[in-house]
Amino acid sequence: MALTNRERIVKRAVQEIRDGMYVNLGIGMPTLVANEIPKDYQVMLQSENGLLGIGPYPTESEVDPDLINAGKETVTAVKGAAFFDSAESFAMIRGGHLDLAILGGMEVSEKGDLANWMIPGKLVKGMGGAMDLVHGAKRVVVIMEHLSKKGEPKVRKECTLPLTGQGVVDRLITELAVFDFTDEGMVLIEKSKDITLEELKSKTEADYIVSPNLVEW
Amino acid sequence: MSKVFSSFEDAISDLKDGDTIIVGGFGLCGIPEKAIEAILRKGTKNLTVVSNNCGVDDWGLGLLLKNKQIKKIIASYVGENKTFEQQFLNGEIEVELTPQGTLAERIRAGGAGIPAFYTATGVGTPIAEGKPTKVFDGKTYIEERAIVGDFAFVKAWKGDKLGNLVYRKTARNFNPLAAMAGKITIAEVEELVEVGELDPDEIHTPSIYVQRILVGERYEKRIEKLTTRKEEVLR
Repeated sequence: MALTNRERIVKRAVQEIRDGMYVNLGIGMPTLVANEIPKDYQVMLQSENGLLGIGPYPTESEVDPDLINAGKETVTAVKGAAFFDSAESFAMIRGGHLDLAILGGMEVSEKGDLANWMIPGKLVKGMGGAMDLVHGAKRVVVIMEHLSKKGEPKVRKECTLPLTGQGVVDRLITELAVFDFTDEGMVLIEKSKDITLEELKSKTEADYIVSPNLVEW
Repeated sequence: MSKVFSSFEDAISDLKDGDTIIVGGFGLCGIPEKAIEAILRKGTKNLTVVSNNCGVDDWGLGLLLKNKQIKKIIASYVGENKTFEQQFLNGEIEVELTPQGTLAERIRAGGAGIPAFYTATGVGTPIAEGKPTKVFDGKTYIEERAIVGDFAFVKAWKGDKLGNLVYRKTARNFNPLAAMAGKITIAEVEELVEVGELDPDEIHTPSIYVQRILVGERYEKRIEKLTTRKEEVLR
């Protein structure tokens, strides 16, 4: 059976994680990446509310209201985990100690700007820790579907939504393609073999360079 | 002079209309639920509330919202709350959204006597509007101001009668920072022990930050999103 868009994205996103990394996974689709991390990897997942070493969801008997993740879900802590306060948590984030943050997106621009917290006209809920993460993590990978539910491009020349951060995205992964943001501009480095370069271009508002080493999957 | 109070009513007797209160907790985890209920009963109005979130409709700070006791909220995320939505759309409540790390640091700075600091967080976004900027080593940062509360309300797992506090798991979150930044910090604990019973090495909040301490009975510790796995999955 064919994979859904989200499954394809998650499957590609997990390849960003290397053994030994400290990683923050955003709320929503990024959280699903955790299930795909190879079991023999020693990866510590950080939760902004004060946990380094997020474990799986608890069994019913393990549920502890004092132990939740940044999405306010009940979780467990792995062996080697640590708890800390919110200032320490964001010192970790802002101080550049996290190897990788994988975050969801609403729009990404060709300059690597990210918008993922606010839709004008809809009620603002808040940015939580997203604005801190995009400036703090050593590497920021955004994962999102290539088009909006209405079929509009989300990979833009300029973001139309209010920004979370300017020029902060290192890599963008969609179900159709992978782009890197470099000093030379936005570069297409991988694409799905189900789509031609022309089709991809028609679904992408941003201008990008095609890497001479383009990989297809 | 003892810091130990026997009733929440007495502990908040000098809380006034218009005060700024800093409230510990993340979501519903580690919130000072007994103090919030006492403020609800007292009916103090026009509060400026500094807290990462604003509870849910029928619990936590959501109770004070529903009772229209809050004039302004400084928070990083206020979703999950219909009452908030209505009051915000009606213009009854003012909101200052602050990135979570900036909020934590503003409170920590308030407690540490640092009036302002610079951060890259928020540069080029709507939250940078109107804030001074400065360039360090070629990179732009925005200035963020510290926060001090007339009162801070924190919830700890254990405390001693001097006010030393120990938190449990992720219920620590904003509580130690809030404790530092209140002119009067009121700590509620699940277990109050004699002075000397806590190992000095394990204390998270030293007693100097805590002016009043009391035990809360029967904590509800509501769960916002209960997520579980089946026993077999890992086997």
